[in-house]
Amino acid sequence: MAAKTINITLKIWRQKNCNSKGNMETYTLNDVSTASSFLEMLDQLNEQLINDKKEPVAFDHDCREGICGMCSLYINGRAHGPDNGVTTCQLHMRMFEDGATIYVEPWRSAAFPVVKDLVVDRSAFDRIQQAGGFVSVNTSGRTMDANAIPIPKEDADKAFEAAACIGCGACVATCKNGSAMLFVGAKVSQYALLPQGKVEATQRALNMVRQMDDEGFGNCTNTGACEIECPKGISLDNIARLNREFLKASLVSNK
Amino acid sequence: MSILDSKIPAGNISDKWTDYKDHLKLVAPNNRPKIDIIVVGTGLAGASAAASLGEMGYNVKAFCFQDSPRRAHSIAAQGGINAAKNYQNDGDSVYRLFYDTIKGGDYRAREANVHRLAEVSSSIIDQCVAQGVPFAREYGGLLDNRSFGGTQVQRTFYAAGQTGQQLLLGAYSALSRQIGLGRVKMYNRHEMLELVKVDGKARGIIARNLVTGELERHSAHAVVLASGGYGNVYFLSTNAMGSNVTAAWKAHKQGALFANPCYVQIHPTCVPVHGTNQAKLTLMSESLRNSGRIWVPKKKEDAEAIRSGKLKPTELKEEERDYYLERKYPAFGNLVPRDVASRAAKEVCDEGRGIEANDTNEGVYLDFSTEIKNKGKQAAYAAGDHNPSEEKIITLGKKWLEEKYGNLFQMYQKITDENPYETPMKIYPAVHYTMGGVWVDYNLQSSIPGCFVTGEANFSDHGANRLGASALMQGLADGYFVLPYTISNYLADEIRTGKISTESSEFEVAENNVKSQIDKFLSNNGTKSVDYFHKKLGLIMWNKVGMGRNAQGLQEAINEIDQLKKDFYIDVYVPGSNDELNPQLEKALRVADLIDLGQLMAMDALQRKESCGGHFREEYQDAEGETLRDDENFSFVGAWEYKGDDIKQEQLHKEELKYEFIKIAARNYK
Repeated sequence: MAAKTINITLKIWRQKNCNSKGNMETYTLNDVSTASSFLEMLDQLNEQLINDKKEPVAFDHDCREGICGMCSLYINGRAHGPDNGVTTCQLHMRMFEDGATIYVEPWRSAAFPVVKDLVVDRSAFDRIQQAGGFVSVNTSGRTMDANAIPIPKEDADKAFEAAACIGCGACVATCKNGSAMLFVGAKVSQYALLPQGKVEATQRALNMVRQMDDEGFGNCTNTGACEIECPKGISLDNIARLNREFLKASLVSNK
Repeated sequence: MSILDSKIPAGNISDKWTDYKDHLKLVAPNNRPKIDIIVVGTGLAGASAAASLGEMGYNVKAFCFQDSPRRAHSIAAQGGINAAKNYQNDGDSVYRLFYDTIKGGDYRAREANVHRLAEVSSSIIDQCVAQGVPFAREYGGLLDNRSFGGTQVQRTFYAAGQTGQQLLLGAYSALSRQIGLGRVKMYNRHEMLELVKVDGKARGIIARNLVTGELERHSAHAVVLASGGYGNVYFLSTNAMGSNVTAAWKAHKQGALFANPCYVQIHPTCVPVHGTNQAKLTLMSESLRNSGRIWVPKKKEDAEAIRSGKLKPTELKEEERDYYLERKYPAFGNLVPRDVASRAAKEVCDEGRGIEANDTNEGVYLDFSTEIKNKGKQAAYAAGDHNPSEEKIITLGKKWLEEKYGNLFQMYQKITDENPYETPMKIYPAVHYTMGGVWVDYNLQSSIPGCFVTGEANFSDHGANRLGASALMQGLADGYFVLPYTISNYLADEIRTGKISTESSEFEVAENNVKSQIDKFLSNNGTKSVDYFHKKLGLIMWNKVGMGRNAQGLQEAINEIDQLKKDFYIDVYVPGSNDELNPQLEKALRVADLIDLGQLMAMDALQRKESCGGHFREEYQDAEGETLRDDENFSFVGAWEYKGDDIKQEQLHKEELKYEFIKIAARNYK
């Protein structure tokens, strides 16, 4: 699988800020190594733009190894591009043919306003987390011993799979309803599956769902697109669990 | 007498922290809301500190440059976190964790700090489990452990290959709770660009809102820097693209001494470099060394054949392979500490036996075929099949690997387009962690009163080499269990101070300094991008201040960086304006500080005429190529004092390291 180089055409969304109108711009880029990641390709484009004294393309990125959740991008109509189980930083140029035209857009969702070019504001996710995505335990050094509560491996593994969500927002961007149910479902599930999370389960489900609605995310109609595009393979089961937790909470809550 | 007072309390090593803590001053709950604290950075050290201080009732403002505190680079830590729980009954104890960490650091860390770290390690796991962190468990429902380099016990707790993610999300959840309760105010997409001192004390920061470009003044009674390490001085590293030294460096320029900058950890297991447009390197967790065997061909000709694609690694017979770590270090084998494993990889590649077909031929194999057979057989037996076929063994063995390291194997395959279940992984050392950092005393306070530094940003616990799974431990120890006590002791004298004004001349001057630096960059009519200079800096650092260092190379590096710095300010081109999101401007401000730091690292490496841990001076090695420490002359922390724009004028101060409880010895893993 020796690396080769390809020439590509890019159609990239440019938008000065959240108040201005954006448009697609066309760029050609030559000698892109197929061993490069998609973001390294954008670095290469930006280097070319800077050398031509043009404004480089703004995009979010940080860890470049698929775990921080900062990179985004809608590539050829797919969140994180044409590969499965990867973030954009893990997408490699070997996925594209020589001479290809590649469309690059920001996440599109009412709850994720564009900051600039391909950068969007996902702080709504933080606010949902602040509404209930935690166990209320203070730092003390005097909690009980970590092995005091055995947790069945299966439950621990499922909780971990839900907790593997990186908060990138691909689920929202790819959902025709702009729903954040996969994100919220994953967090609610993680705690619902563990004994530590049970005490506050009712309040958590109600508060997180309320905040999710307040932020303007749409509802879930079970199309399943989110699961397909999730780079971490978060399962739709988590949405089902969220629905159960929310229903249970609504029934038992006296608020 | 040295100006460095480590403030290590007297007494027996195992009682120091408890006694000291019991006698620290407290701030009463009714007074805490009158006190403001700034925390810069929201990784493990910052998020845990901000959450804990918020819970205590202080007014906390937390800052991160990312779009959310959950993105901080602690999230990328893979392998695990150490704690002296002895759940596996293999003789572990606080003392052993303490001893292993001091030895792993090649006797260049402070005894008292390291012992405290080992003492609180157990509480960290308890705290995280209480928060709902889903650590890996055994079938009985209890926590699982694994081994890491430099130890002979299993004390590492983990969550698949995503331990850092799970721990950071735990700390982020605690932080989010405090933000929701209004006790912590969070500033996303903000970067600290200056530390403000009033009457000699740290009293605030100037931060740039990265979306609007606005410069903001924030005051506080104390400032906590938890801004991470400086590995990006090498351009290519396992750090995140945004990781930088700016917050720490601004404190340094304001008088905080910078300690042991030359101590850098080059991690042995990263995916090798693929080409010149590469932006970063990806780590493959050290935990893989539990299951993988590292080798290169015995013969140079075989290595050449492999590089040219004429020979496959799987075609090479057992006796034609050199499992060089197992050969050289039979006691620890593939689990020697990182610095030892990295140097050994460099050595075999320098001999021409590297297997990667890149510019430098640098790469070695990490092979899982033995483990596949062992674990597959075990799994078959466990399932009642005592005469399994070869095929079944291999299938079950691969399944075991997938469960243990699935995400890492997938990550590797995506990057390299090769299947590590079928053919050995290719790995090579890469810059990973920086042990040096802002000098702090036992209270984690820098030489500027009121400026505290935690996590990777300080220098205190890892000496000249950090053991695997110890960074997560230190970040959380500092933030959850050390800083809340020591900062309160400082703040007890601040309850009558009242709000700190941001209208003072000190804030005015600080803001103007930042503004003029930004204006200078934006109006500089240069021709080259920031990355152009950053890559040049990275090459100088990697070639001359990297895995092997010598006096001549270090002197050259110092001179070359001098020139690079001049060129940078003359010829850098920063597009765009200040009043918008401008990633190139952010980068320029960071690279300016990395250039200064790079020069100081070379100076520090030059003055340290010995080899220890990650600092390998080619002039100081024994007959077998192992590090040769000089305890008589270099058993000290080297802390540098800023003396103005010319870094070469910085002054070295020495804090002598005293070993009262551990007998200092040659570090031996054979």
